[in-house]
Amino acid sequence: MAKTFFRMRWWRGGAALLLTLLFGVAMAREATPSAADPALEARVMALAEELRCLVCQNETIAASNAELAVDLRQQIRQQLTQGRSPDDIMGYMTARYGDFVRYKPPLRAGTVLLWLGPFVLLLLGGVLLWRQLRQQHGASDPTGLSEADRQRAQQLLEGHTP
Amino acid sequence: MKRHLWPLAIFLVVVGFLGVGLGLKPRDVPSPLVNRPMPSFSLPTLEQPERTLGPQDLRGQVYLINVWASWCTACQAEHPLLVDLARAGVVPIYGLNYKDGREDALRWLGQHGNPYKQSISDTAGLVGLDLGVYGVPETYVVDRDGVIRHKHTGALTMDVVRETLLPLLGQLDG
Repeated sequence: MAKTFFRMRWWRGGAALLLTLLFGVAMAREATPSAADPALEARVMALAEELRCLVCQNETIAASNAELAVDLRQQIRQQLTQGRSPDDIMGYMTARYGDFVRYKPPLRAGTVLLWLGPFVLLLLGGVLLWRQLRQQHGASDPTGLSEADRQRAQQLLEGHTP
Repeated sequence: MKRHLWPLAIFLVVVGFLGVGLGLKPRDVPSPLVNRPMPSFSLPTLEQPERTLGPQDLRGQVYLINVWASWCTACQAEHPLLVDLARAGVVPIYGLNYKDGREDALRWLGQHGNPYKQSISDTAGLVGLDLGVYGVPETYVVDRDGVIRHKHTGALTMDVVRETLLPLLGQLDG
């Protein structure tokens, strides 16, 4: 009876894991529409990954399931079919939604701080750390004891009465 | 002793940035359309689908375009304010019915009141796309020459009306 119980538990765990993996994989890709042209879809997704979904603002419109994202992907698909270049399409999007719609912010006077900031801070931190280390290394004696006192301390620690 | 003040100083600077950051509204995306002309379009009106309407028909007056939909819950929050504004005759308000069904839209207006001189049916959402609509409701202020002078994303509040819209409308009218 114990053996049957054990086997059941294993089975349930295994089945649960299998289902999770299946659904996990199934949701990893959003439902592709009647992809009559996989090459076109690839180009749509390439562009979509460079644009931000303004509804779910941390996602690209390639990844987002928001209705606006679906609409914008459709726009990209239509415009690519009409023969417009990726640059044209990016221009179309930024003309309507502004620079924020570019997933990677463009490097401009206004965004220099955004791009270089982290490196500047890293450099600053590195310099401060280096100076700190140099100071510690250079200091002769952190405790400031004289030689005689040090010997006395040593003797006390070793249990000798001075 | 000066060394010990550095962590405090850095902390205060970080807190300063945090304080400023908390006051910002990152979801509000500034529109590149402000001070640019309204994109032209011509769509059927909600009430009379056989007639069309577009910004070229509205030249010569200052007006608001309010993007709304019957499925939009946030629109219900601002709607009474719009009805009041319309009733007071402050400024003509035109509705852009965004990605909505005609029957649903008419029924919704019947239930909640109709502040719009007319509503334009943007069923496919393509005009919304040209206007950079990314969330409903949104409100645009357009001047006599058809230039967009302000865009407000999200529901209108009394504060926004008092502090931003009314002064701007006063400027544009004069």
